[in-house]
Amino acid sequence: MFNPDIIKPENLVYKKTSVLTDAILHYCPGCGHGTTHRIIAEVIEEMGIQDKAICVAPVGCSVLAYNYFNVDSQGAAHGRAPAIATAIQRLYPDHHVFTYQGDGDLAAIGTAETIHACNRGENIVIIFINNGIYGMTGGQMAPTTLLGMKTATSPYGRTVELNGYPLQITELLAELPGTYFVTRQSVHTAAAVRKTKKAIRQAFENQKNKKGTSFVEVLSNCNSGWKMPATKANEWMVENMMVKYPIGDIKVDGEIIKK
Amino acid sequence: MAKELKLMKGNEAIAEAAIRSGCDGYFGYPITPQSEVMEYLMAEKPWEKTGMVVLQAESETSSINMVYGGAGAGKKVMTSSSSPGISLMQEGLTYLAGAELPCLVVNVVRGGPGLGTIQPSQADYFQATKGGGHGDYQLFVLAPATVQEMYDFVFLAWEVAFKYRNPVMILSDGAIGQVMEKLYVGDYVPRWTKEEIMKISPWATFGKPDYRDHNIITSLELDSAKQEIHNHKLQAKYREMEEKEVRYEAIECDDADYVFVAYGSSARIAQKALQLGREKGIKVGLLRPITLFPFPKKPIAELSKRVKGLLSVEMSAGQMVEDVRLAAEFRCPVEHFGRYGGMIPTPHEVLEALEKQIINRK
Repeated sequence: MFNPDIIKPENLVYKKTSVLTDAILHYCPGCGHGTTHRIIAEVIEEMGIQDKAICVAPVGCSVLAYNYFNVDSQGAAHGRAPAIATAIQRLYPDHHVFTYQGDGDLAAIGTAETIHACNRGENIVIIFINNGIYGMTGGQMAPTTLLGMKTATSPYGRTVELNGYPLQITELLAELPGTYFVTRQSVHTAAAVRKTKKAIRQAFENQKNKKGTSFVEVLSNCNSGWKMPATKANEWMVENMMVKYPIGDIKVDGEIIKK
Repeated sequence: MAKELKLMKGNEAIAEAAIRSGCDGYFGYPITPQSEVMEYLMAEKPWEKTGMVVLQAESETSSINMVYGGAGAGKKVMTSSSSPGISLMQEGLTYLAGAELPCLVVNVVRGGPGLGTIQPSQADYFQATKGGGHGDYQLFVLAPATVQEMYDFVFLAWEVAFKYRNPVMILSDGAIGQVMEKLYVGDYVPRWTKEEIMKISPWATFGKPDYRDHNIITSLELDSAKQEIHNHKLQAKYREMEEKEVRYEAIECDDADYVFVAYGSSARIAQKALQLGREKGIKVGLLRPITLFPFPKKPIAELSKRVKGLLSVEMSAGQMVEDVRLAAEFRCPVEHFGRYGGMIPTPHEVLEALEKQIINRK
C-alpha cells in the first residue's frame, strides 16, 4: 500500500545503484544475469570507479549488457572480449576494464582469447556466467553442458563419444601463472549473492592494485533453456552443475587453493 | 618541419611512421613478408619514447580485436599483416566498419590463394576494396608505390580514419614491404592527451564523465528499420569519400594513345614499360590509382573518351580491371595483363602485352 508518510529519505533502506541504467532488463525471470549485473554495478558504485570502468559485452544472452551498465561499454564480436579488454586496459592502465561473458563465448569460440589474456596476466576482470547452455540462440549444447544433459543440439543427452567432455575452463585458467584470483560462485540464494559480490569486489580491488587477471565464474540457471521453472532450475543446478563445477575459490593471491 | 633522410625497408617505414605520427598502439602477429613492422617496433621500444603500446597477440583474430578495443576507446591504433592473416581479420574489419571505428590496417600482400607463397602479389584487391567481411561496408584503401609513401600514408591514414570514423587499409605488397629506399621522415607528432581524445572523439569509451550518458561502441542494432538507417548513414559516408577523397597520379597521359592503369609495385613496372614504349614511338601514359577505394572513376572515364585502349596491369588474375571497365563503360578497349602467384612481370612483358592485346588486337 502506498503510504507517503513512510517514503522519506530517512527511512530509505535500499536504493537501486546508479551504475545500472533504467533500461528494462530483457533476461528471463529467474535467470542469474540480472542479479549478477546488479552486484557488479554496486561494486563499481561502492568503489567510486564509475568514471574509470569500461565494460566489454559479449555475444550471447548478455549481448545487450552495455545497455544496462551505466558505464562506457563496447560490444565485442563473439568470444573476442578478452582481446578487446586487453587493448583498452593497456591503453588506459588506470581504468577498470572488465568483460562479461557466457560459456559459449568464453569457453568455446573465445578460448584462445581467454587463455592468452589470462596467460599474459592482463590486468582485467573477467566475469564468466556459466549456465551450461547457449541461451540466446535457443538452448544448444555448450562446452560446459553436462554429460547426459539434453539440449537442442544434443537432443538425446550429451555423450562423450559424440560431444566430448564438459570443459572445466576455470580450473584450467587457474593453472596459468598470469591469473591472480580465480573463483567460482553462484547467485541462486541470498547468501550466495553476498559471497559473489564479495568475490567481484576482490577482483576489482586486485585490478586497482595491478595484480593481473581476476576471473570470477558465476554459475547460473538457464530455466528457459533447461526447460524448468526457475526454482526447480536452481535445485537442479545445485544437484548437478555444482557437482561438476564446485563452488569456492580456486586461486587466491596467485596461489592455487589446496583441497 | 625538419626533414631527416633515412634508408629503410617499406615495412620499417610503416613502423617508423607509426611512432612519429603519434600512434597509441600497435597489435600484431608475425607473418612473412611483413614481420619487420613489429620487429622494428619491439627493437625501438616506443613505449619509452612516446608511450606507444606494442603488443604481440596470439593471432590475427586477436590483434584486430585489440585494434577494435583501442579504436573504440578513441586511440590511434593499428595492426599489420599479410594476406592469410588479413583473411583472419575480416571478422574484426566488418565489426570495425559497422561500429564506425577509425584505425589503420596494413596488408603487405603475398601470393595466394590459401597459404600461397611469400612473394609479392596484388591478388587481395577484391578483398580490400569490395568489403571482405560480411555486410555492406567499405574500407578506405591506400596503395603506396614507394617506401616514402609507406611512411607518408600512415599520417594520411589517421587523418582520413578520424575524419570519417572509418577503418583505413594500406594495401601494399611484398615488394614494397621488403625493398630498401631512401625516404624523408619528419618531426614527431605528439600522442593525443585524454583531453584531446575527449574533444576529437566524444563518442569513444574513455570512461564516463558525469556530464554525459555512457558511450556504447557496437555494430549491433536488432531493429531492422534502425539498422537500415545506420546503413544509409554508412553509404552516405562512402559516397562522400568518393566525392572528396579520390587520389591518383597521371603520368604522361596528356598526349597518350594508350594508358596503363596500375597501382603499387605494378605501377613502377608499368612506368618503366611506358619509357620503353615511348622509346619505340608508342604514346603511352600511366594512370596510377593511389586510393583504390574510392576508385578514380572519373579520370579513367575521361581517358576512355579519347584514348585507343587501357591496359590494367596487376599482379593478379584480373581484379582491378573490373573497376577500370566499369569506369570506361566500353568507350575503349580495356584489357588486363597480370602475373600472379608471387610472380612479378617485367617491363618488356607489360609493353608486349599492350602491343599484343590492344595495339595489334584483331
